[in-house]
Amino acid sequence: MGLVISFWIFGVAAILAALGVVFLKNVFRAALSLILCFLAVAALYVTLSADFLAAVQVLIYVGAISVLIILAIMMTREIQQGSPGNKLQIPAFIVAVLFLGVLIYALTTTGWNISTTPPVAPTSVALALKLLGKGGFVLPAEIAAVLLLSAILGAIVIAREK
Amino acid sequence: MTLGLEHYLVLSAVLFTIGLYGALSKRNAIIILMCIELMLNAVNITMVAFSRYIVPTMLTGQVFAIFIIVVAAAEVAVGVAIVLAIYRGITDIDITKIDMMKW
Repeated sequence: MGLVISFWIFGVAAILAALGVVFLKNVFRAALSLILCFLAVAALYVTLSADFLAAVQVLIYVGAISVLIILAIMMTREIQQGSPGNKLQIPAFIVAVLFLGVLIYALTTTGWNISTTPPVAPTSVALALKLLGKGGFVLPAEIAAVLLLSAILGAIVIAREK
Repeated sequence: MTLGLEHYLVLSAVLFTIGLYGALSKRNAIIILMCIELMLNAVNITMVAFSRYIVPTMLTGQVFAIFIIVVAAAEVAVGVAIVLAIYRGITDIDITKIDMMKW
């Protein structure tokens, strides 16, 4: 019962915060709304018994990515101009609504093969074994490290002063 | 009343659609980056929900979600760097005015 209540609270909070990102005029307030949405998604991970992912979400999204985005807003001084829409606003709205309809229809009419096994309770050790253990995802993890390194170097090269 | 897989799937579909609408209809490049982050978050919820309800002991969806978070971090770092470089060049991040590569 507690799971259901927390799912509805945090689901509604996530959707309202996402609407705030799109519809708030002030860019800085939109960024704060985005942070609220990230926190609500972290709480949803907890209701899905993904505790490690919830911690990762708070650390990386709420901690790092939001700081990057706020820094970018501060350095580009676009706060006064707000977030105006472009010429495609009405077609984009129609496309989004149609896409949502198709998606919800497809998701709710598919017969999912639901398993009744209880989930793994603390996921950290199981996730580490899955990621780095035998037959796991060792090579993708190493490639992810190389990707992060090259992304950092690329960001420095692109953003530095001449 | 119990929670099913469909609850999470519909929630993430709504979040994805909000992000899609924002990414298609906004002019500020940073807002578009934020909307892309929203869409990646929605996909992550879907991954974790499938992992929880269909293969509860294998955790494959959570591993996928971790890799998506890694790629999202790399993407936002490079994206913000590109936005700052463009702003330094033409002092504007309105994407309707960024048309240097158009002929």
